[in-house]
Amino acid sequence: MTKSNGIVLDVDGLRMRYGSLDVLHDVTFQARHGEVLALLGPNGAGKTTTIEILEGFRVRSQGRVSVLGADPAHGDEQWRARLGIVLQSWRDHGKWRVREFLAHLGTYYAPYAVPGISRPWDPDELIERVGLTEHAGKKLKTLSGGQRRRLDVAIGLVGRPEVLFLDEPTTGFDPQARSDFHALVRDLADARETTVLLTTHDLDEAEKLADRILVLNGGRIVADGTAAELARRIVGEDEVRWVRDGRRYVERTPDSTTFARELFARYGDDVRELEVHRASLEQTYLALVREAEEVAR
Amino acid sequence: MNATVLRAGWSRGLIELRQSFTNGAELFSHFLWPALMVATLFFIRDLPVGALLLGAVALPGILGMNAATGVIGMSQQLTADREDGTLLRAKATPHGMPAYLIGKVITVSGGLLADLAIFLVPAVLLVEGLRIGPQSWPGLAWVLALGLVATLPIGAVLGSMFTTARAQGLVQLPFLAVIGISGIFYPITVLPEWLQWIAQIFPIYWMGLGMRSALLPDAAVVVEIGESWRHLETAGVLGAWALLGLLMAPVVLRRMARGESGSTVAARRERALQRTG
Repeated sequence: MTKSNGIVLDVDGLRMRYGSLDVLHDVTFQARHGEVLALLGPNGAGKTTTIEILEGFRVRSQGRVSVLGADPAHGDEQWRARLGIVLQSWRDHGKWRVREFLAHLGTYYAPYAVPGISRPWDPDELIERVGLTEHAGKKLKTLSGGQRRRLDVAIGLVGRPEVLFLDEPTTGFDPQARSDFHALVRDLADARETTVLLTTHDLDEAEKLADRILVLNGGRIVADGTAAELARRIVGEDEVRWVRDGRRYVERTPDSTTFARELFARYGDDVRELEVHRASLEQTYLALVREAEEVAR
Repeated sequence: MNATVLRAGWSRGLIELRQSFTNGAELFSHFLWPALMVATLFFIRDLPVGALLLGAVALPGILGMNAATGVIGMSQQLTADREDGTLLRAKATPHGMPAYLIGKVITVSGGLLADLAIFLVPAVLLVEGLRIGPQSWPGLAWVLALGLVATLPIGAVLGSMFTTARAQGLVQLPFLAVIGISGIFYPITVLPEWLQWIAQIFPIYWMGLGMRSALLPDAAVVVEIGESWRHLETAGVLGAWALLGLLMAPVVLRRMARGESGSTVAARRERALQRTG
């Protein structure tokens, strides 16, 4: 068993190469027990590749990876029983019914119950938890996209995992389902001390859910910290706009207050329509991605 | 732990078996093939084959042939399950793969046995000249059991070699060709000798022969090769296929499963959509 506040995910110098193409360069990060970590990045950044390596579905080219103390490339069934996996899109077992399938999958986890973690999760309780009670008797192929996604999350949870991998979990959710899902993940992290690694390209989601955000771009981690830390890190990205002599100017600056004072000192009344936009996390994220792309070129 | 895997596989198999007999499309296909075979028997039943009637000679052959379609059923299901991510789900579950395979064997062989019964009951009433009694059952049972062990693992191997249902469809053509030369609907001895040799490589001929030996009177042996039921050779060829399948299946399946991940399933789906869209 992992001790509380122990390191559950440990990735060091991870590289992935297909032929001569590197899709991950030197990815390094850690997650502690009970932490919710968001892997944030644009499409093609390497998020899914990273998570598939951690799930043990893909063999890395180089680097050290440890999940719950084991190398995913050689994880045994006991190790697998402690993981929950939600992939980007599932459409398997279309003829099975919701409750029937969850109850069946649960039986695989029963032998892995340990003191403190009763496995599996009761199917009816789990179905209620993800809001599918009225669809419990439906065949999987008749579920709507959002319902199917909620079932996928329930399947990921049925074994009461110690580590939960969520690849783009809320794709296709309406706002209500999204907010319910966020509450579920927070509950998990708070109450059960499940470590969660989720990928998303939705910054808002990362900010709401994650204790820590890793920004992945072009196969590199370009930032790692809490939402507040990331926003602070790029204080330089306040945006100042103004008009002078009929021309529009835009300037990015680390210190917008000083910049504005100097602007007025120099041009006085010529400066019009002044706007100052403080760095938001969204701008921070876009700036990070842009910065990383420039470095890559 | 093994008890859990067996139980999980068993319950998977029964659940999927029940599903295949409670939905319209599959129920239809469970009755279609037996119905076609009964209709065929009806039209050929009175044609003479030496001192026998063709109906009696063909009925056991059809049983053997139907049992051999497990190759197709198994490979079809495996390819489909790989395409829609069912196999990946098994891979993500502790001991999911062995339970999946046990379940699949139960589903496919259970479905086959049901199909055989659906065919046999009306067919027996239609055909004259069979010798069915308590002495038939042991012969029927061992040929059927060994035949399934000879064909299902090979089906699993074929199923894991194809990544799409469309490519898997190619298996069916050679299968039909082998049926054509396996002496199912007429004695194999009317074929040229070289074709007889090819037919004897595959399980279908031997499963048909075994069924005939169980269900026909001893006098019917005169239309067989060497005028013998050749039980030893039957067990030998079917046993060899069983051995080959059981040796190959774990290796091929493991290699196939290793390559499965969320993105490979998604990429295949993408390609399939592009072709049909």
